Amino acid sequence: MENHLTSLSVTQALQGLRSGDFSSRELTQAYLTRIEQLEGQVRAFITLTPERALSEADAADARYAAARRDPMQPLPPLLGLPMAIKDLLCLEGVRCTCGSRILENFVPPFTATSVQRLLDAGIVVLGKTNTDEFAMGSSTETSAYGQTRNPWNLAHVPGGSSGGSAAAVAAGMAPAATGTDTGGSVRQPAAYCGVTGIKPTYGRVSRYGLVAYGSSLDTVGAFARSAQDVALLFGCMAGADLLDATTLDVPVPDLTLSDAPDLHGLRVGVPQEYFIPGMQPTVEAAVRQAIAMLESLGATVQSVSLPHTEYALPVYYLIAPAEASANLARYDGVRYGPRQPADALWEMFRQTRGQGFGSEVKRRIMLGTYALSAGYYDAYYGQAQKVRTLIKRDFERAFEQVDVLATPVAPSTAFRLGEHSDDPLAMYLEDVFTLPTNLAGVPGLAFPVGFDPAGLPIGMQLMGPHFREDVLFRMAHAYQQVTDWHRRQPSL
Amino acid sequence: MKLTLEQVEHIAELARLELTAEEKERYRQQLSAILEYAARLQSLDTSGIPPTSSVLPPRSVLREDEPRPGLPIEAVLRNAPQVEQDQFRVPPVLE
Repeated sequence: MENHLTSLSVTQALQGLRSGDFSSRELTQAYLTRIEQLEGQVRAFITLTPERALSEADAADARYAAARRDPMQPLPPLLGLPMAIKDLLCLEGVRCTCGSRILENFVPPFTATSVQRLLDAGIVVLGKTNTDEFAMGSSTETSAYGQTRNPWNLAHVPGGSSGGSAAAVAAGMAPAATGTDTGGSVRQPAAYCGVTGIKPTYGRVSRYGLVAYGSSLDTVGAFARSAQDVALLFGCMAGADLLDATTLDVPVPDLTLSDAPDLHGLRVGVPQEYFIPGMQPTVEAAVRQAIAMLESLGATVQSVSLPHTEYALPVYYLIAPAEASANLARYDGVRYGPRQPADALWEMFRQTRGQGFGSEVKRRIMLGTYALSAGYYDAYYGQAQKVRTLIKRDFERAFEQVDVLATPVAPSTAFRLGEHSDDPLAMYLEDVFTLPTNLAGVPGLAFPVGFDPAGLPIGMQLMGPHFREDVLFRMAHAYQQVTDWHRRQPSL
Repeated sequence: MKLTLEQVEHIAELARLELTAEEKERYRQQLSAILEYAARLQSLDTSGIPPTSSVLPPRSVLREDEPRPGLPIEAVLRNAPQVEQDQFRVPPVLE
């Protein structure tokens, strides 16, 4: 029974709860048991909240019971669904570390809007998942709380920064999880772990209560096994928020997905710049095969060009660290976090920050501080902002011709633990296909389209115009109607 | 773009980061490599191209300025390393 429960999709789990096949307590207990069995190997979580989960599950069961007595009682859409939350999103009363020692004892006095909306929709929180420190990384190796492993091969990374969330869903330790994506932190771990993940349009999901990294790039997204499940979660999180002035009041389109896999009338663009020399041949083959599948379902496919793609990496690694250097100025040992003893204030700042941050975070603060400093601002930060405009225009031109862009998520499948730890630039190259989306603010969806010969998952990315997540979900759902990559599960 | 040790120390001071000698040398090499990679941006002609600081359409976001409760003081102070008389306590600012 328990193994059966932890292999259900979100949609199936909710159907089972509604029809009374099992209770939220049974479902939640099944996940807690599976976490207990696998956490020693996968290490997806920083903090587990089992008591809280079971009491939320009981509250959900009471509401289902009330609705059975009185069918007029409205039931929220995710009532009783267990879920994991990335430890970069605040949940009142539960420690939020952001993967950093500098927040090791921080208990937020408020809840992120995205998490609150999921709670209002009825979720049960299993715990907070591991992340690269302040989301700065592509492997979850920069976390101060241990190394999450890829459930498909424990010697490999899960990707990052939302590696804990992606690994938890892939391992069946949670049916769904939240993630955040500043340069690929939902999509790349989704691809590496063989699950489906959405990076919404910038401004679609509130950033209130998301601990800031690069404020003009940060987005909150979600993971589950299928596009249909992710669409459901996205629909609950999306919408304008008074607490985040960058959210836009654009109505969320109808996300009801047709089960007829018909893509007639949709135009898919394949940007040549995303098929580069040096990429893993099986990744390219699987993605091209998936594009051919979209065509066989009725979509038209054409080649397009995003000529400034090669500049996205240097632009991102100037803009994101610049914004991070400002955002992370708040960690000074005054209001929260461990403080290093010192006789004077500035010495306390230096010691607290020098010892509280890990090496990747310090590297990016240094890089960003340099890019913003007097004498270098125009050449680095200023120039990066102008090239960002060119990258954004590339997307605007492409979306005049096509509805969706289809590309690989990353040039290769999940690399080995420690493979890139000594070479930051090699690590940054893992993000080469996901960064442009954040620079342009457009949505991206990652989902599995095959496996390499070593048995590691391969992901495809669909990108759409601002606020057209619905087209991405529609296309991925059609693909998942006729393939079963997203249903495969690692043997653990 | 090769950074000098003095430049690394200057950046660390601006960022209020205490670094070990080993960290300074490592960051000197790594930041030099990253900046060298980033130098390819200089080859693009961006005259007449406006900078993008936000992907959102420019607009004004205003709401009624109505007073509403904030977080209770004890909730805000709960995470502080040192508190005195409902305030954050810090080491001396001036000698």
